Amino acid sequence: MPLLPPGIEGWFTARGWAPHPHQTDMLARAAEPATLLIAPTGGGKTMAGFLPTLAELGADPAPGLHTLYVSPLKALAADIKRNLRVPVEEMGLNIRIEDRTGDTSQTQKKRQRADPPHILLTTPESLALLLSYEDAPRIFAGLQRIVVDEIHALAESKRGDQLLLALARLQGLCPGLRRVGLSATVEDPAAMARLLARHPDPCTIVQADPGPDPDIAMLQTAELPPWAGGGGAYAIPAVLDEIKRHRTTLIFHNTRAQAEIFFHNLWLANDEGLAIGIHHGSLDRAQRERVEAAMTAGQLRAIVCTGTLDLGIDWGDVDLVIQVGAPKNVKRLVQRLGRANHRYNAPSKALLVPANRFEVVECVAALEAVRDHALDGDPRGPGPLDVLCQHLLIVACSGPFDADQLYAEVRSAGPYAALPRADFDDCLEFCATGGYALKAYDKWRRLMQRPDGRWHLRDPRSAQRIRMNIGTIQDSDLLKVRMSGRGGKPLGEVEEAFAASLSEGDTFLIGGQIVRYEGLREMTVVVRRDAARKPKVATFSGTKFATSTQLSARILTLFAADDWPQLPRHTADWLALQRAVSRLPQQGRLLIESFPHDGRAHLCVYGFAGRNAQQTLGLLLTKRMEEMGLAPMGFVATDYATLIWGLDPLDDPAPLFDRAALRNGLDHWLAGNAVMKRTFRASATIAGLIERNIPAAQRKTGRQATFSSDILYDTLLRYDPSHLLLRITRAEALRGLVDFGRIEEMLDRVGSRIDHLNLQRVTPLAAPLLLEVGKVPVSGAAEERLMAEEAERLMQSSGLATLPGN
Amino acid sequence: MNGYDFTLAGVSLVALGSGALWWPDQRLLCVSDLHLGKSERLARRSGAALPPYDTRDTLNRLAADLTRLQPQIVVCLGDSFDDLDAASALPEEERRWIARLQAGRRWVWIEGNHDPGPIGLGGTLLAELPVAPLTFRHIARPGASGEISGHYHPKATLRTRGRTMTRPAFLADRNRVILPAYGTYTGGLRSQNPALAELMRPEALALLTGATVHAIPMPR
Repeated sequence: MPLLPPGIEGWFTARGWAPHPHQTDMLARAAEPATLLIAPTGGGKTMAGFLPTLAELGADPAPGLHTLYVSPLKALAADIKRNLRVPVEEMGLNIRIEDRTGDTSQTQKKRQRADPPHILLTTPESLALLLSYEDAPRIFAGLQRIVVDEIHALAESKRGDQLLLALARLQGLCPGLRRVGLSATVEDPAAMARLLARHPDPCTIVQADPGPDPDIAMLQTAELPPWAGGGGAYAIPAVLDEIKRHRTTLIFHNTRAQAEIFFHNLWLANDEGLAIGIHHGSLDRAQRERVEAAMTAGQLRAIVCTGTLDLGIDWGDVDLVIQVGAPKNVKRLVQRLGRANHRYNAPSKALLVPANRFEVVECVAALEAVRDHALDGDPRGPGPLDVLCQHLLIVACSGPFDADQLYAEVRSAGPYAALPRADFDDCLEFCATGGYALKAYDKWRRLMQRPDGRWHLRDPRSAQRIRMNIGTIQDSDLLKVRMSGRGGKPLGEVEEAFAASLSEGDTFLIGGQIVRYEGLREMTVVVRRDAARKPKVATFSGTKFATSTQLSARILTLFAADDWPQLPRHTADWLALQRAVSRLPQQGRLLIESFPHDGRAHLCVYGFAGRNAQQTLGLLLTKRMEEMGLAPMGFVATDYATLIWGLDPLDDPAPLFDRAALRNGLDHWLAGNAVMKRTFRASATIAGLIERNIPAAQRKTGRQATFSSDILYDTLLRYDPSHLLLRITRAEALRGLVDFGRIEEMLDRVGSRIDHLNLQRVTPLAAPLLLEVGKVPVSGAAEERLMAEEAERLMQSSGLATLPGN
Repeated sequence: MNGYDFTLAGVSLVALGSGALWWPDQRLLCVSDLHLGKSERLARRSGAALPPYDTRDTLNRLAADLTRLQPQIVVCLGDSFDDLDAASALPEEERRWIARLQAGRRWVWIEGNHDPGPIGLGGTLLAELPVAPLTFRHIARPGASGEISGHYHPKATLRTRGRTMTRPAFLADRNRVILPAYGTYTGGLRSQNPALAELMRPEALALLTGATVHAIPMPR
């Protein structure tokens, strides 16, 4: 080890350790402009990232910022600070390590700007904020290295796009800056490397030994999984047995809601009083921190959790991971498995619990994919323009800029490498004037051009508002939940739509306890503890991941087999019955079943396009069916099929799947849909049209002062349909919640090969859909009729209808 | 006509789905809280550049009501402009548009809290307008009767079979009517708000605007 200074080498040898090969490899490549390290959890990834910094700084470094570390979680930054300070002290290095996140005090932040530490640990948002200051060049002077941790997680969202724009900016300030990315296993390391490096610089990929394959299986239960639903409650006794057999078990769920319900049921069945906690992103911070502390101290036997525990925080002695519900995505499953067993080179142990009969098939397909090392992932496409708009505003806060130079700088960020100049100019125009076809704001424009052509903020005071709204995480539709009474305990957050559906006295689950809704006070949901054993309202909805394209394809491949020895008997029999009375869906074909049920015509479309796309398909198809006079009444969508019911049966499905007609539906009719409005709100917030936070002094009292972003969307659609933000909204609709891209992918896959079967009754594969929750009624005339009925009922029952004058 | 017929102080009135109030016997149309120039004021005050089409959209809807009903009197019930500067900053084109709408009829601007004082457009500016037996004013006065007011931007929610539908709403009881805001860029205040709950009698109705006007007991 020629590169390791004696102090550090001595530290390793004193412990009888030797650096891992990938750690020395990273050290040897310390001078390269960009390096991506791919290593499993527990592989000393973080140390591999920091060793070159420690070696360069040495025992007695000069003052000034040397290395910036960026992670997706504040908690991770704090965790690394603790874990790095100890060895640095033991090595006798005089290196200052500090973190800077939303939780850092103002005094500390001010001091850090004046006198930066050697190593600063931060998040993408805090970094963007630092770059917005006029003294950014001074703060970052001398910066040598940037380490991006968990880059695979950041790269999946707009936070990654924002970070890479910030890196482009930093590189302008510090031309010699070297980049290091630390990543879990990903499906396309080369694509990740291209994102990380300054475009078009090369980026070396260092692959650590991935360690032994995980020991992963399906949990055997005495009870059969139910036909539909997502809770996994049937598996509670078997899960409790596993918890007892292991030291610490992580129980992952796909949604917060399911985690809450499962935790509640687990607690009711926990006769031995095992220490079990719950952890998810909607819980109050203090509550989460308590669980984290108890876990680090080894006091918990199990934690019911969601994706918030996906990332590489060191949670100590986890020896079993249980995934409840189909993993939906093989890559995420593999990354979750890495949470068990932190000893490098020991296999991690995991169990899958399918929530229903169809998920048994999906879990088996996922197990096969894990064994084949076949990871999935959909390419994210070019960098989103709403994030670019925010970046331009951040740059403007830091001082005047030249548009040509900034365009070149933005193109050096991986996601924006192919950004057309016209798009850049549109974003700049949007930031400057709003970019409307009607030129209304010349006097009040946000950015002005100086005589030398450089752009600057018209009103320097607007920098404060821009800084207050930095970030791409959308939490604007969450409401805080508090216990009633003065200074009531904060419990967490629920979605605004869920809060709006509550009536006084409704009970629901949060943080594992049942609470009763008391009312809404100043945008806070006030609740009281309730002694009920069963919550009245299911719980709040969470994000629903769609099954990945690759996993869907594996399920179809599995269907094509003659028999299924790898499936439990009950599931194999079910598929065989479907094959006998109808058909199983096939790769490259689209199966559509028509059957009467309960006096209504049913249509089941097995698109295998994932939940979001199947939902969109339901909206588009029912609209077309309404135009065709088939009187559709509603639909329900899962990851693999959409079931539509209505008054009249369908004769020929082919015209329904005409691509141009579906596209047209997306452009015209779907434009008015709530999902599109939600997509618009998110992009408009990121781009700076809607402000999440405004200075307290300017906050108006009274709710009538604010109005819904839906009105802005409707107005733009009516008067300025080609506006940048509507273009961004449509581009977002192709992925994400609307996921029209997956519908197009399905149309490509099946071409004209549509199999329409007319059957006498509901089929085995369609039956579970009848039991699914989340049925969507078809609105339009139906909604007005519902309103009229309900209004009439209320007037009659209150006696108001009989009053004179009414 | 899409509207809900009711009486106030013996006068027959119609709450229109558009949010305007129609008094057929007087051929009087009343609209409240137009907030014209709202986007301009927001840009001026906070730098926010919202789509600048709100004034146009509000006037489009108002023009449609005027064409359909041909009122002889139009009463704008206050907060017609988002502030006085917004009134004077109104583009020439939109000033002329308002002048065309005013032609051939009596037009009354009631003072609001956002736009007291002169506004430099045609029509008459009044603190309040009595047309016996009714009185038009911007903010409701406790204890008044036969009163038509605006200001609060009331909205009400109807829940049925898992669906929640919220609409701007008229609030009406035997003493008064409070109009919903007519302007495009206006939010609403829930009828449950104490300010509204205290003003309205227990048997008050909420008339939900939209394609059809639905009357329900005012949610509190």
